[in-house]
Amino acid sequence: MSEIWPILLGLGDKLAAHVVLAASAIALGIVVALPLAVWASRVPFMARVVLGFASLVQTIPALALLALFFPILLSLRAIFGEGLPTLGFLPALLALALYALLPILRNAVTAREHMAPGVLEAANGVGMTGWQKLRLVEAPLAAPYVMAGIRTAAVWTIGAATLSTTIGQPGLGDPIFAGLQTQNWALVLAGCIASAGLALVADVLLGMIERGFAGRRKWLVWGGLAVAATGIVASALALRPVADSNDRIVIGAKSFSEQYILAQLIGGRLEKAGYTVEYRDGLGSAVVHNAVTTGAIDISIDYTGTLWTNQLGREDNPGREEIYRIIVDWERETTGTHVLGRLGFDNAYALAMRRDRAARLGIETLADLARLSPQLTIGGDVEFFERPEWIAVREAYGFNFAQRRNFTTTFMYNALQSGEADAISAYTSDGRIAADDLLVLEDVKGAFPAYDALVLIAPEHADDTGLLAALEPLVGAIDVEAMREANFAVDREKGKQSPQQAARQLAARLGL
Amino acid sequence: MAAADDPHLSFAAIRKIYDGAIAVDGVDCKIPIGQFVALVGASGSGKSTLLKTVNRLIEPTSGRVLLEGKDVVDLPAPVLRRRIGYVFQGIGLFPHMDVAENIGIGPRLAGAPLASERIAELLEWVELDGGYASRMPGELSGGQRQRIGVARALASEPRLLLMDEPFGALDPVTRDALGKRTRALHDRLGLTTIMVTHDMAEALLLADRVLVMHGGRIVADESPHGLLAGAGGKIAQALVAVPREQAGRIEALEA
Repeated sequence: MSEIWPILLGLGDKLAAHVVLAASAIALGIVVALPLAVWASRVPFMARVVLGFASLVQTIPALALLALFFPILLSLRAIFGEGLPTLGFLPALLALALYALLPILRNAVTAREHMAPGVLEAANGVGMTGWQKLRLVEAPLAAPYVMAGIRTAAVWTIGAATLSTTIGQPGLGDPIFAGLQTQNWALVLAGCIASAGLALVADVLLGMIERGFAGRRKWLVWGGLAVAATGIVASALALRPVADSNDRIVIGAKSFSEQYILAQLIGGRLEKAGYTVEYRDGLGSAVVHNAVTTGAIDISIDYTGTLWTNQLGREDNPGREEIYRIIVDWERETTGTHVLGRLGFDNAYALAMRRDRAARLGIETLADLARLSPQLTIGGDVEFFERPEWIAVREAYGFNFAQRRNFTTTFMYNALQSGEADAISAYTSDGRIAADDLLVLEDVKGAFPAYDALVLIAPEHADDTGLLAALEPLVGAIDVEAMREANFAVDREKGKQSPQQAARQLAARLGL
Repeated sequence: MAAADDPHLSFAAIRKIYDGAIAVDGVDCKIPIGQFVALVGASGSGKSTLLKTVNRLIEPTSGRVLLEGKDVVDLPAPVLRRRIGYVFQGIGLFPHMDVAENIGIGPRLAGAPLASERIAELLEWVELDGGYASRMPGELSGGQRQRIGVARALASEPRLLLMDEPFGALDPVTRDALGKRTRALHDRLGLTTIMVTHDMAEALLLADRVLVMHGGRIVADESPHGLLAGAGGKIAQALVAVPREQAGRIEALEA
């Protein structure tokens, strides 16, 4: 417990961002749901259509819904122009608002359906216009039910908002994702406690308002509203950027330790050079490249093999140096993004097994693995089996595994140890390969491309000489042993370091 | 101003068809000012449908309803309804408003909220203490609620009062008392009243004129005395026979 307190106290800005996002999404949900509910109450057919749509949305996992808004917004740029953000607040807001619709709508429609018919007949009979009936009878009678719906929506939204970390919107999901990645349970717990606490507070406040409506006690309604509004306004004020100048650099990181460490290493150097640095950790691998080319983030670390297959869509292999050269040219010409250079190590995909198990099965190469694959289970990180690299390797060797399982990176190594997976997708720079004494299977056909780590600078900072100068010394400076050691310092179970500590140690080791 | 013998309300060839089923099948009828008319018939005879064409809760398929000589469709429905008192079996008090707000809703909608003295007067008309003004509908008995329903219907000083099975859900004692009270208010305020009921005894005891409906048509149009003297035809007499026979049996028990 003692580790959690200081983390909780440091979550202020994440909490504020979380409050502002959730409150905005709920507000947008209400603004959309209430007119729809009125419409549905007037036209019974609409009630079915609207509720059907909202229920359908609810069946989409929140994580997928959030991610879906990235391509949707990307295609909407054709209409709204390049300024339309595709990552961060906007997609998170839209996805969560859509998610908040259902409980509000359903309760509003149900309240209207269950309203005593005599009351509605009386409303007509005394001469109310449609608007007066809505304002004087339907709205006040439905209010407690609608509030109950808003309450449900609020709890859901606050929970689901933790997932917006994956699309680059800061919030209480940040410590959860970072902690899961590095097996820092104190960080995960702190994020969960803060998010659950926030949900409880929102539930209590909205419950007060609901009871106020039901019991016609105005002071409860106004009291609840006042406290909630104070919290939201305070959060918004806390988030107001102090000075949004060009000196503020946003560094993005995908959701694994190496990226966290390198982001800290880069951030540390920039801070020394006088920049204000902000981190967007835990971004989905697919969104990072787009984020940096559009300036949603300013700096990212990527890998030649990833860009080669995913961005350039190439499947051939003209050799390591040639691939790098083509990528640098391609980025400059098509996206305007500056490739600062390669860091010096390579983090390739590979398949790894426990040494004892591989020996027993007589497996040394990927070709050996392919032969026995119908009896084996392969584990991959959450995106591995969708990646072109996997498809290329699968085709090259003719893999046909009995079972395929997805894990977050950390749990993947645990699964290998416990025997839940026979082989896993591994990264050559991962410290756990050495620590767990894993066997990296030889890629005899050269099907996995090279993955030289490189630093990408967003177009608007491509000419920022101060920034380039601060980062130039990193180019070619990090060898794979140094990176592996730093990764392991964060990933290991005992005496683990934070990515920031590991980055400092790495800098010291490299004399930077 | 209409002359004293002009009808207050007239139905001209009213027909109402629901999905091919005929609810009201060509009703012509004139109701003079000040009359208390009972509209009697079995379930499905079209009596409620006919009544609701007056305040346009139901729009007829064809035909016209004239109120004081003017077609009811000439006014916007809400304006028309504020001029007509309406009491119905479901009562429909607004559960989130207290008694005073319920009674005063019509005048409030018309932009002339009632003073508390007027609320007290309306309560007194339906034999309730002024202290009821601040009660909520949920705290009242069924009979008290319908008393409030009557007071609400009279709050806008209507000249026409429509009642759709107003006392059907009340216990017999309350029903009798509220029926008598309503008739007394009708006389005192000089109202024209149309009351839909399936209870011939209630119709005979309260009304000046009884219209019997069957299959969407008016099959008898008689005074209570006329009906008791055997006029009105078979359907009307079958309805009259029920309370008469009950009264006879009670008399026989007492003998």
